[in-house]
Amino acid sequence: MAMTLDNAAPVTTVVAPAPRRARLWRGPVLGLLLPLMVAFGWETAVYLGYSTGRLVPPPSRVFATLAELARTGELARHVAATLGRVAAGFGLGVLSGTLLGAVAGYWSLARRLLDPTVQALRAIPSIAWVPLFILWLGIFETSKVALIAIGVFFPVYLGMMGAIRSVDRKIVEVGRAFRLSGPAMIRRILLPAVLPAYVLALRVGLGLGWMFVVAAEFMGASEGLGFLLIDGQQLGKPAQIVAAIVIFSLLGKTTDWLIEIATAPLLRWQDAFGRHDGEI
Amino acid sequence: MLVLDGVDKTYPNGVHALQSFSARINLGEIVAVIGGSGCGKSTLLRAIAGLDRATAGTVALDGESVTAPHPKIGIIFQEARLLPWLSVADNIGFGLDGLPRSERHSRVAVALARVGLADKAKAWPRELSGGQAQRVAIARALVPQPEVILLDEPFSALDAFTRTDLQDHLLDLWADTRPTLILVTHDVEEAVALADRVLVMRPRPGRLFEEIRTDLPRPRDRSSASFEDVKRAVLHSLDLSLQRHRHQDDDLLNAGAGI
Repeated sequence: MAMTLDNAAPVTTVVAPAPRRARLWRGPVLGLLLPLMVAFGWETAVYLGYSTGRLVPPPSRVFATLAELARTGELARHVAATLGRVAAGFGLGVLSGTLLGAVAGYWSLARRLLDPTVQALRAIPSIAWVPLFILWLGIFETSKVALIAIGVFFPVYLGMMGAIRSVDRKIVEVGRAFRLSGPAMIRRILLPAVLPAYVLALRVGLGLGWMFVVAAEFMGASEGLGFLLIDGQQLGKPAQIVAAIVIFSLLGKTTDWLIEIATAPLLRWQDAFGRHDGEI
Repeated sequence: MLVLDGVDKTYPNGVHALQSFSARINLGEIVAVIGGSGCGKSTLLRAIAGLDRATAGTVALDGESVTAPHPKIGIIFQEARLLPWLSVADNIGFGLDGLPRSERHSRVAVALARVGLADKAKAWPRELSGGQAQRVAIARALVPQPEVILLDEPFSALDAFTRTDLQDHLLDLWADTRPTLILVTHDVEEAVALADRVLVMRPRPGRLFEEIRTDLPRPRDRSSASFEDVKRAVLHSLDLSLQRHRHQDDDLLNAGAGI
């Protein structure tokens, strides 16, 4: 019985588009062009005396402020405080969101019991909890961490529940046909199937964590990047405000990138549009 | 031997999908189950696979009752249903979890070579064509060396050329260990090309209409007159199974009109 043209036919592999290397640097460089031009233009304008740059400090003054903060060790102290809060809040939010999301995704009874309440709570703007948290938990760390955890909880919960519910029934049936036990089904089918959506939920959660840490530090802190913002406003130091904003964006981007790097090996199998030639 | 005794299935929504189906299928036999839509052929297969429980009747393999997926029964679905996060090799080895690593590797390597995909061992499922993916699914079902392999319209989503190719390939693989094959299909040529026996089903409720023995030597020449004869016999039987059904509908309609 002859096998087969299908086999004998030359195997065509998809060749990466030729100008790949050019693309790798052209993307970021193109993206940097606009902000760099604006920064340089503003710097020049202040230098030539068109503006004093008192309310909108030129980049050189922002960097000088950063350098000064770094020199005195203030920067490290504020960054450590903020990072610690985000880490604690993110950890708590991820833990509770994952657990409840998994339970609600897996058991429909739990979902019907739990989900309406969670959805109702989600409709409350999270900042509205602040006064209550301060009354309950005091003005110090606990209430701040709780607020961040709330921000992280909802996207993680929703992501986890949605991911479990949308696992392909046909793939689960393959697991059944191979007689996987409950734990094996979770480990070998459900977890890998859920992972892409879960990682996305973690990244959304982290973004919200960074958003909420600012709100948390606005409600009275003696250290942290949010404190630097308030301090800069009250003492009229715009350069310090911009410096804190720059650090926020660097930290946010870096932590997001860390999640991406850490999970990339687990998601290599994905046939995602953006991973190949989706970028035009 | 696989013995089906009065297998009956009524779904919770009241649909009587399969009515008292009985058959005895010997080890190494290839049986095709054919019929129009709604004749219960997929229901039958899922009952044998232990994926859905029959409402009444029994499925027994070598005297042992089958009510849940059984280690000696493998299944190949219409879609390849590969796990997208496992490489081709790991997909093939999916059912070999209990074996030592070296044994698993050698069995997978043999299977990969046997289905002509040795160069794709490390590829992801998404990188395969439809035909290649289905070959991986066939290898995955064969590698635990089951006694019975159930095939649920396994080639119907493929183009005609790949389909014929895979049918021949399946027979090749079957010849290695000669498991029982039960093939659900709606393709008459496929049934005649592969099966020793063709079970023609009739719909609503699904039940056996006629059994046709092919009695053709292997390898089969699809253009031979005897092949055409068997094909015509199956087509005729299918036609009758539907006609008789249509008459029933007519009777019902007439009765309704009379009221």
